[in-house]
Amino acid sequence: MNTRPISEDDLNGFVDGTLDAKRRGELTAYLEAHPDVADRIAGYRQQRDMLRATFGPVAEEPLPSRLDLRRMIDAHRRPGPASWRAMAAAAVVLLGVGGAGGWLMRGMPDVPAGGIVALAQEAAQSYAVYAPDRIRPVELRASNHGELVAWVSQRLGRSVAVPDLGASGYRFMGGRVVATAHGPAALFMYDDDHGTRLVLLTRPMASDRDAAMAPHTRGDVNGYAWADNGLGYSLVGQAAPQALRPIANEMREQIVTKRASAVKITKSPA
Amino acid sequence: MTTDMAYQIEPLIPALRRYGRALVRDRTAADDLVQDCLERAISRWHQRRSDGDTRSWIFAILHNLAMTRLSRTAKLPQHMTIETVDENLLGVAASQEDRLRYQELLSALAQLPDSERSVLLLVGVEDLSYAETAKVLDIPIGTVMSRLSRARARLYEATSGNAQQGAGARAQLRRVK
Repeated sequence: MNTRPISEDDLNGFVDGTLDAKRRGELTAYLEAHPDVADRIAGYRQQRDMLRATFGPVAEEPLPSRLDLRRMIDAHRRPGPASWRAMAAAAVVLLGVGGAGGWLMRGMPDVPAGGIVALAQEAAQSYAVYAPDRIRPVELRASNHGELVAWVSQRLGRSVAVPDLGASGYRFMGGRVVATAHGPAALFMYDDDHGTRLVLLTRPMASDRDAAMAPHTRGDVNGYAWADNGLGYSLVGQAAPQALRPIANEMREQIVTKRASAVKITKSPA
Repeated sequence: MTTDMAYQIEPLIPALRRYGRALVRDRTAADDLVQDCLERAISRWHQRRSDGDTRSWIFAILHNLAMTRLSRTAKLPQHMTIETVDENLLGVAASQEDRLRYQELLSALAQLPDSERSVLLLVGVEDLSYAETAKVLDIPIGTVMSRLSRARARLYEATSGNAQQGAGARAQLRRVK
């Protein structure tokens, strides 16, 4: 009677029903001979059943209407309100800053130079130059993260953080300082497993120091621009606006969270 | 292609809600995650490997969103008290005694590290195979097995001995009220 020693993995396989009939028989014999282990395994099973009983009913609930997949797919495919806005933004961006102001900042007497409309243009231009570059898309790679952050923060005169897009499937590649009509800006580049590249451009804002997120389009490059606490951001890429929006939201949320926690740290007594 | 996408994803939504709820507890927060997950799945459907398994693929999207959210909220102060009744418990456990046992189990579950809790839920509640779980979490199968062992042992330790010890602790709790 040469049976393989019983392992913890076997015990879990026994609980989960993944063992073949022969091994299951061996486990049953083992548990009969070892009541303390048998107790533990009975406990594992009972706990698994309790967890299933707790969370099982969630899957029986009627789906809330916001999780209606077919409607979501339709909204994604059809030129709905979101992409209509993007197209309108595209049209005005192509008309130039002066024309764009009328749409994006209606109600404002003047288009402030250096606002987010200008930032959006600068981001699209930087994308066009650096994203197709296969030799040296970034000056400092992600491996030199600390050096890069110190460099761009010093040039922008503001501390700048690099959002992490891991949850969206994008890796940070690195970045550089680029020139814009409104001073130095930081360019951060990301890519995914398919080589799709995204660029985040950020620079201090003379006007539009806080601005709601707005879509922009230039040729086949789409983007979202916003400003928070004096820093402007524009995320651009050759992806559909619907695909970029959640990523831009994610970035904005990370930036706000980081800033909030930094404020807390500086305020707390030494 | 669109109908294929709907056909493959739609049946998974109830399970996605269940996993989301088990991870973040709060109903609205969990559905927010699922909604985000579905939007991403729709926009990245064409990037999915056609030989890949849709269930693991979409669970991975949800899992990563949930982890990002949990790591963010972990930094906020928690106001949990002993009186807090988990909303997940509202549907189960008729008797008071049962209720306490469930409550005890769920608080032990909440004490597990995220990495172990995910494995326990994916295998035990979602019925994913060890290989599928490994794919969702992007870890080797051996790691799935060792996390599963640890998670089960911890839960068991945290709630066993409840025959005498637990009863005593409960009596005390009641007296405090």
